[in-house]
Formats: sequence, C-alpha cells, structure tokens
Amino acid sequence: MDITVTVNGRQYRRTIEPRVLLAYFLRDELGLTGTHLGCDTSNCGACVVWLDGLPVKSCTVLAAMADGKQVRTVESLARNGQLDPVQQAFIDCHGAQCGFCTPGMLMTARWLLDRDPDPSEERIREAISGQLCRCTGYENIVRAIRRAAELSNTADDDGSSAALAGEQRDEVAS
Amino acid sequence: MTADGNGSAFGSRIRKEDARFVRGLGKFVDDVVLPGMLHGAMLRSPMAHARIVSVDVSAALAHPRVKTVITGEMLAERGMAWMPTLSYDQQAVLATDKVRFQGQEVAFVVAEDRYAARDALELIDVEYEPLPAVVDAHQALAPDAPVIRDDRPGQQDNHIFDWESGDAQRVAEVFAEADVVVEQDMLYPRVHPAPLETCGIVADMDPVSGRLTVWSTAQAPHAHRSLYAQLTGIPEHRIRVIANDIGGGFGNKVGVYPGYVCAIVASMITQQPVKWIEDRAENLMSTAFARDYHMRGEIAARSDGTILGLRVRVLADHGAFNATAQPSRYPAGFFGVFTGSYDLQAAHCSVTGVYTNKAPGGVAYSCSFRVTEAVYLVERMVDLLACELDMDPAELRMRNLIRPEQFPYDTATGWRYDSGDYPRALAKLLDMAGYHDLRAEQAAKRERGELMGIGLSFFTEAVGAGPRKHLDMYGFGMADGAELRVHPSGTAVLRVSCMSQGQGHETTFAQLVANELGIGVDEVDVVQGDTDHTPFGVGTYGSRSIAVSGAAAVTVARKVREQARLIAAAMLEADPEDLEWGDGRWYVRGVEGAGHTLAEIARAAHADIDLPDGVDGQLAASTVYNPPNLTFPFGAYLCVVDVDPDTGQVTVRRFVAVDDCGVRINPMIVDGQIHRGLADGIGMALMEHIAFDADGNHLGGSFMDYLLPTALECPSWELGETVTPSPHHPVGAKGIGEAATVGSPAAVVNAVMDALRPCGVRHADMPLTPAAVWRAIQGRALRSDLAIR
Repeated sequence: MDITVTVNGRQYRRTIEPRVLLAYFLRDELGLTGTHLGCDTSNCGACVVWLDGLPVKSCTVLAAMADGKQVRTVESLARNGQLDPVQQAFIDCHGAQCGFCTPGMLMTARWLLDRDPDPSEERIREAISGQLCRCTGYENIVRAIRRAAELSNTADDDGSSAALAGEQRDEVAS
Repeated sequence: MTADGNGSAFGSRIRKEDARFVRGLGKFVDDVVLPGMLHGAMLRSPMAHARIVSVDVSAALAHPRVKTVITGEMLAERGMAWMPTLSYDQQAVLATDKVRFQGQEVAFVVAEDRYAARDALELIDVEYEPLPAVVDAHQALAPDAPVIRDDRPGQQDNHIFDWESGDAQRVAEVFAEADVVVEQDMLYPRVHPAPLETCGIVADMDPVSGRLTVWSTAQAPHAHRSLYAQLTGIPEHRIRVIANDIGGGFGNKVGVYPGYVCAIVASMITQQPVKWIEDRAENLMSTAFARDYHMRGEIAARSDGTILGLRVRVLADHGAFNATAQPSRYPAGFFGVFTGSYDLQAAHCSVTGVYTNKAPGGVAYSCSFRVTEAVYLVERMVDLLACELDMDPAELRMRNLIRPEQFPYDTATGWRYDSGDYPRALAKLLDMAGYHDLRAEQAAKRERGELMGIGLSFFTEAVGAGPRKHLDMYGFGMADGAELRVHPSGTAVLRVSCMSQGQGHETTFAQLVANELGIGVDEVDVVQGDTDHTPFGVGTYGSRSIAVSGAAAVTVARKVREQARLIAAAMLEADPEDLEWGDGRWYVRGVEGAGHTLAEIARAAHADIDLPDGVDGQLAASTVYNPPNLTFPFGAYLCVVDVDPDTGQVTVRRFVAVDDCGVRINPMIVDGQIHRGLADGIGMALMEHIAFDADGNHLGGSFMDYLLPTALECPSWELGETVTPSPHHPVGAKGIGEAATVGSPAAVVNAVMDALRPCGVRHADMPLTPAAVWRAIQGRALRSDLAIR
C-alpha cells in the first residue's frame, strides 16, 4: 500500500506492506535509527515517537496508521545544531548510560515539558513509567528532566520544540 | 589520592559518549546496514525436552523471499552442530538429536527481509517425540530422572560437578562449640539480565579475501573471535569482530549464542551479509539467565553475637548445557567469598551443579561471578541470626565486621581481601539513614499494626579478575592489553581490550591517560570493541574493566611518560635522572615552569633531534597488565519498606547506599553505576523471575511477565561514599560496575522480612511479589522457582 507520512517536518511517500510497524518503517525505510526496539510488546518504550503530537510506542503502531499524519522522532530534537534543553540536560545530569532507552525517554520528556513546564518529581516519574531503563535506576533521568525544565524556564527564547509541535499540540487539545 | 600525574583529569563530570546518544546517533548492531544484507530468524523448540523425529524445511525453502534454511544436519556436515561453552561443555548450535529446553534453536531461516524470515518459520515442519522434562533442580539427581545430556559420552545422570571450598572439619568443630546455630533454606531464583537492547549480529563473509567481519553485541569481542576461528576454521587474523555501541550487557552478552554462529554460516553459504537480531522473547527464553541457586545456610555463633562459622550447601541449576561464563577453575564462580565481610573462624561450602531442561547460563546479571548469591546468603543468615539472638542487626554486623587493621585479610576460604574500613562505612550508613530514628518510627508503627521494615546489608565484592596464574576464561589468562600512541601534536589514542556496554569507558579511560600525561581529556580518544584495532583481552564483565584494563591504561601511559622523560632530557641537554614531572611537563629539578610539555616532546620525537638510547622516533607503548590480586570493593546498604498487610504490596520508601570502590575516577559515572545496581536489587527482590510450569514451559517470555522496575518502583537513591584505595591498583581504583547489584537484593529482602516479623514470618524467597508476601503473612509457603502454587 502507498502511504504519505510527514516525519520531522519532511514528507515521505512510500509503498509498504500493510503489516510493517512504524518503528521498522522509520528505521529501515527512512534510516532514522535513533528510534530503538527493545521489547515488541510496548512495555519498554525505547521506540517512543510522537504521532500527531502524542507519544506512541512505535513498535505497536502500524506504519499505515501514520498515513497522512505527523511523526516526530529524536532526530528532530536538535535544531540548527542547537540541542533541545532535554538533550543538554541528559548530558549535564548523566541521564544516558548505554543510550538505548535515551531517545524514547527524550521524546517523552519533551512532550511532558511542553505541557507541564515545571513538573514535580512525581509527575516526571509517572510520565516515564511506561518506559524502561536498565542502566540509570531512573535517578538521573528524573534529574535531567527537572533540569531541562529549569533550562527551558530560564532561557530567553525557550528554543524547544514549540514551533514544530505547536500545530500538533492544538490538535491534541481539541 | 591522585596518581603520579597531575590528577586534574579525575573527578570531572563529563561523558564523551553522550553527544551521540542524545541525538539518537548511537551505532547499535541493528543500525548496521550493508548492501545486499539478508535477515535471519530462528525457529525454536516449543517443548522443554523432546526427541527430534524429523525437520522438513522444503516449504520454507519454497518461499519466494527465502534464500536458505540452515538445519542442525547441515551444520553437522560442517562439524558445527555443536559449539564449545566457556565451561568446557558443548552446546547445540542447532538441535540434531533432541531439544533440551523450550526455546532451543532448531533451524535458521535466511530471507530478504526480516518479515519474510519470520513468515518462513511457520513453514518449517518439525516432528517431536515428547520426553519427560526435568524442571525442578531437586529432582534432577533422582534415580529415575530422565537423562538430559545423553549426547555426552558416559553421562548417565544429570550431575555436572561437585565443588567445595573451606575446611569442613574445622567448621564442624566451631559448630560444636557454638551457643546457637541457625539454618535456613533459601533460593536465589532464576532471573535475567534483560539489557534493553537484545543480542544480535551482522556477519559478512567476503568470499574473495576469505575475511569474515562480524558486528555484534559482544562484551568480549576478542574471545568471540577466537571461538569463531576455532568453530569455522577461518584463521583468526582473517576474522574481525566489531562491537559498536552496546545497549546494556550485564553479562548477557559475554557468551557466543547459536544465532551468531548461524548468521556466520549463513553468510558463508549465501556469500551475502546476514543480520540476526533476536526479539525479547528469544532473549528472555534462550540467552544467559542468572542465579538459580538453591542454598542451605547454617550459621553458628556465641550467645553474645560473635559469629564463629558458616556452612553452605548449594544445588546449582545450570540448565541444559553447562555454559556458565566464569574462570575455568571456579565452577561455582566466586561463590567461595560467601563469608562476606565478617571475621569468622571457619567456613565451608559445597556446590553441586545439575542439568535441567531450561536455558543454559547462570553467571550473568552483574553478579561478579556469583558474588551476588554469596552476599545474599551471608546477609540473610546474619539477619536470621540477629532475629534468633534478638539482637539489632546493625549491632550484630558491627560486632563481626573485619576490622581495618586486619587488612590484607585472609578469609577462611582462602581469599585475600586487599583493603577496607568496614566499620566506617557501616557507621556512615547508619548516620546517613538516621537509623535510630527509623527504629523508633518502626516501633511506633508496629504499635498501630503497620508493617514497616528496615533492612541492612553489608557486602564485599571480589572483582577485577584477575591474576592469570589462577584465572582464565576458556584458557585465556584474564590479563588485558593496552596500547597508547601519542600523535606529533600531543593528542593521543588509547586502544583497550575491554568493551563498554554503557559504562562510559571512552570517558573514564581517557581520564586515566590524561591524568598521567598532563593533557586534556578531550585530547585522548579511546578505541575499544574492534579486534582489528585493539590488543587482545578477555572483555568487560565481572567489574573488571577499571581494575584490569584501567590498570593497563595507566601502566602504558606511564611507559609513554618515561619515554617522554628521555626525549625531554635530550631536548634540555640534561640527565634524565635530573628531570621531574609536574603540571603536565618534564622539567629540570628546581626549574619548575620551564621544561617541556607532552605536546612539545611529541613534536620533538618526530623531528630531527638526536634521540637517546631506548626511545624510537615516537611516543608509543603497549602493555599487558596481569593483576597481582582481585580488588575488593565493599559497601553498606539500608532499605526502608512499607508493606500493605492486606495486599502484600511492598513499597520501597528509602534506599541509602554507602559504597567504597577505592579511588573514583569519574564520580558521576560511579554514582550512575550504583543507581543501576540499586534498581536491580529492587527488581530481583520484588519483581523479577524466570518461572516454569511443571512441563518446562517458560512463563516469563515478555516484559509483561518478566517484570522490571520502572521509575515508580524506584525511590530517589541516597548515596554516600568512603574511599579506601586498593593497594595494588596503580591509581587505587577497585571497580564499581556490579557492586550495587551484588549488595542491594539482601537489603530489600531483609527489610521486607523485618517488616513481616510481627506476622511470625522468618523467611520467604525472592521475588517478594504481593502474592508471595501475602502468602507468607498467611503462613503458606511458595516455591517461587516453580509455578506450583
């Protein structure tokens, strides 16, 4: 079947098997290997991307379901060579170790901060509770997301994903 | 303490790896894409024990996108149906005679894409003749137990080995003198390291050059290369194993798995690259599990709490093939350190290994070669003794800890602990936790019928394997190589034989070299995980990287610094003996601020000065570091839990950890390593479990069944530290990769048992799920290793 998917602001038309998962579509068709697969059962969240502004586990979404929709992956976070505050904060706080869960964590973190610019530790833990990390014991991921909130809130121009995500956010809100 | 260098490179909070990880630009094995690459998928046994009557792959071969299907018979023709294990057993690559565990490899499909490969698995017709399965390790040696390993000549039962350590006679004597003896059966259940990235490989056999290139999740790339050479007949120098970024290992990625071998054979047959990435179910069902130790502990003491002796009997479930990855002469790993952190007179353990119809493995999951099991055993026994004597468990531990003046300390089972100040760590822990206030709070809660528990553990690790005189992996001494080359500009490249799986070697090892040479951490690049570009070594596991490879890196940096001294002396027209090193330069004693930096010396080495004897026209050196002893990190942990008496739900409210891993090179990374291990402890103590039903069906094949802790189960970890340098490591470091995994489960279990004490519960096995805790409160036992309720 033919699908048209906008990924990180760029439109792609592809002919695919209807059963192809979004995660494999991103990785194998588009070469966006920042999205990882860790479990196949939507438990680990290494594959989290945004579909029309909402975080989804792309290992359990068909690429066909993204037809006509907007997908956002970790590769879009840095813009014009400038890291997103969540990326910078993961560096500052040692939020990544092996780096495998990191992209999914970053996508959830950015989504959370776009909705709640000043989340409590409890809110952060809840937001990432659908994702697994085997390296950090979550401590430094939680700290990194808190720091990202602080970085964003102190920046003159928040430099985050608002411009790219704004339209999608409205759709979710409606 | 700092090293002989200027020390400025230690303590910094940086990590080189993160720049790519936060951009999604890590290079993991499934990210490797080669032209013409094919995809493999593995057909696995649905049964735990069955004779294979026939394997019909004709329908699969007829699939239009299938290139080939490899069977055990095909491998047998090439002499590759079986492969050697690290424990000198053999393991089936693809089953030819029988399947011996559910999930065992039976056939390997190679197709144009991963979907087609999976489709074709459905087209393979295997006829099995079911056999009774041995699931319960305690039944494995029963006279009528089916013999699992009838492939082994002369094997007539399911016995693998007996191993013992310590002095049984002396133990009997001290037990006879004791006022109190406490005994307890306990199980350290089968768990799985479950790194977030599963195992995988891309194999590329170049038919023209005869060179095989392998990208794989290999914690031990050089060892893998050696095994591939032995198995395939391809000469070692024509095999290159590359491990790029590895998405967590924890011991799961030490060994060679059948899927790797099949992908290599498939590439040899098809003359195209072949990728095989296992899925999560395959990872949990077939790759290296951990633990499965059925232990009986007995501890003897005087009524004043002086511990006299310890006796342990272990039944070790090794699964269908003895593939545990530990030094050859230690079939029970380092379980022999089960006397823990205590000064006691006598100890003895005996371990019997048995085959069962379960996946092979046993040494994995950050266990430091089974120090996890040893620490759990002794720390549970000490708590049980405290209950028996009605003593405070902190006081009982403090009374029996090895004292600082006793180091180096020779244990009753023959280990020489290098250094430590145990009472200081325990005192610091109790202070940080506010121990006495916690006990007061607990007393008040007990009055109200609330179940609050405080659990302690004190552990001594045995890591950094190790001296090649005693320790080898499959015949390879556990020494590690390092090579260092300083470029003319004074920047450097270090090549090491260990392989990071997220531990940050690129950063820490650069710090070690930068510290010795007085150059910036950014001026040192670290190469690892590529057998063509690194010296031989046995890889990263058992917390050995800093202790062995790290020592190699420091040693080679000091060699280069000595070369630099000779060249600097020539440049300064001075006697080398008159030079001193400081602030990143060699200078004539008394003329600080003059002299030459490494960059100046490196440039001169490649220029036209007359080089003195003993140096080439470069700054470069290599070494193999053979450690004189293991290192022995230690720590004191405290866990506070609340238990819901109606549901059995355990909530970990606090976890306080004081670790001493010697000198810390990168404290940020050290803390991160500890965080991980503490989460492991929560997982193992409360959630994680590879269970089987009575027929040997695996009941934990996904993360819906094999539960791992999330951010909600983990508290915010409270860390403290003491620093007792290792006397024999060149910078005093000991290693930290597994300490918290080793030490934390006992603290959590001790806390839950402490909470349940008013209910009359003395012991319950991990995992302490709500069901297990509730049943314990009701006074009903549960065999957690079996789905027998």
